[in-house]
Amino acid sequence: MTAYLVTILILVCIAIILGLALNLQWGLCGMVNFGMAGFFALGAYAAALVALSGAGTLAGIVVAALICAATCGATALVSLRLSDEYLAILTLGFGEVIRLVTLSESWLTGGSLGLPGIPRPLWGWVSEQNYELLFLALLVVVVLALFLVLEVLIRSPFGRAVRAVREDDTVASTLGKNVTMLRVKAFAVGGAIIGIAGAFHAYYLTYVDPSQFSAIITAYTFMAVIAGGRGSNKGLLFGAATIMCLIEGSRFLKDIVQVLDATQLASIRLILIGLGLILFLIYRPQGFLLEYRLRSSSLLARSSLNGATRMHDFKQEAS
Amino acid sequence: MLHIENVGKSFGALTVLRGINLEAAAGRITGIIGPNGAGKSTLLNVVGGLFPNDTGRILLDGTDVTPLPMHERARCGLVRTFQISRELGELTVLENLMLARQAQTGEAVLGALLRPGSVAREERAAVLEAKGLLDNVGLWRLADQSARALSGGQKKLLELSRALMLKPKIILLDEPAAGVSPPMRLEISKVIRGLCQDGMTFVIVEHDMDMIASLCDQVYVMAEGKNLTSGTFGEVVADDRVVRAYLGGVA
Repeated sequence: MTAYLVTILILVCIAIILGLALNLQWGLCGMVNFGMAGFFALGAYAAALVALSGAGTLAGIVVAALICAATCGATALVSLRLSDEYLAILTLGFGEVIRLVTLSESWLTGGSLGLPGIPRPLWGWVSEQNYELLFLALLVVVVLALFLVLEVLIRSPFGRAVRAVREDDTVASTLGKNVTMLRVKAFAVGGAIIGIAGAFHAYYLTYVDPSQFSAIITAYTFMAVIAGGRGSNKGLLFGAATIMCLIEGSRFLKDIVQVLDATQLASIRLILIGLGLILFLIYRPQGFLLEYRLRSSSLLARSSLNGATRMHDFKQEAS
Repeated sequence: MLHIENVGKSFGALTVLRGINLEAAAGRITGIIGPNGAGKSTLLNVVGGLFPNDTGRILLDGTDVTPLPMHERARCGLVRTFQISRELGELTVLENLMLARQAQTGEAVLGALLRPGSVAREERAAVLEAKGLLDNVGLWRLADQSARALSGGQKKLLELSRALMLKPKIILLDEPAAGVSPPMRLEISKVIRGLCQDGMTFVIVEHDMDMIASLCDQVYVMAEGKNLTSGTFGEVVADDRVVRAYLGGVA
């Protein structure tokens, strides 16, 4: 049971990393990425190949992040004049291209058999029974680090500019913002994070094959971001955990419900997940939490101006 | 300040601007009037850089800005507002203004992550600047509200304050009085006049003749994509061609 819990938590962590990436690309910058699964696969294969070549697992993560950042950046660049649905189609197509490449270019990717025997990070530090716990701990550290970096970015002028691009790119331009560069940067940073998720996915399973990267991953990631509250990373932590628990937890239905057989339950399970999400969105359409907004008091608190403001308001009220 | 020279623009077979000339003097308010479909908004769009012009050129303070994309024209000090307010709805009023500050360290990914000290300092300076501008139009008490929640007139004032945050050389206003209540129109006029007295240059496209009459030093009349005439407000309304253009059919 502990082992199962650890597995679920590892899956939740990877889902969170993917969600953080999508939250930057789509939640904040408004760029739909339907190619999540493809970029995720790209990161996983890149990390797997680097790690298998003996360059080390850390190098694998770095290369995966760089390759995915470059690919995502290039995708954003070629889709400059595309908005919303067109970008969605482009990224969807891109994801499919990657899937087909992993399936067909067997000299590099092992084809449908995939790549087995991928080395794991920190392997040998602890006994084999405890390794998954160590892996989870490592992943939690990575999630926390990415979370903090993204929180800084969201609250920075960069985050503000990216949100402005989402709201109205023409207005952002008239205010002197280079919309092209902002979109490319946001998409590339998101890409780097997807690459990191891919690397950990490959290290965790120790093998990669094309069947692991079906389009449902994209759907799950969107669900996590929507349930968490578009734009809110804190909400996403809950969103991703909720979605993964719904997906994984509903496997236990067969132990509770005796009337139906396993195959029937497997189908009903997906219906229930969908139903649960629909109900959630009816009752809480904005998701768990709202996106960050600057509070004037947070910047003025320490300056003497605050007192002056109150005086000003007081005078206005008095007059 | 702003010098528009023989600017032409066509969309396919439809020619919207046929060689427009216009000169906006520094520290003055220049008005553009004309019947609907005269090409006034298109002219602002072309000058702002939303569409490229087919012919002619646009000079700002003697510099040719014609080849520059929109965001670089803004950085040169050419900024515009929109006929239908385009506030950034999910951002707060204060964020709308702070966004418009130029050359922010924190706008680069690495700057935001690696130079927190500079970013924090700039943010504090920006918030003080924004507070000054918002106080001036009475919007500071709404600083933390979503811009979406403002009334039509307040959105116009927000757009104007946001434009000022860029420290522009010239502001192009596209129908600042459109869809705004009469008392708010007076308020907007007052703000514009005050800014002009402080040295700001404006070009205003407007249908509200009272506003044009009270604000503008020089008025250009456009009809069917061409300059019809120009002069003081008194001069142009006395012109028969202007009356006829408004009633249909160019003289």
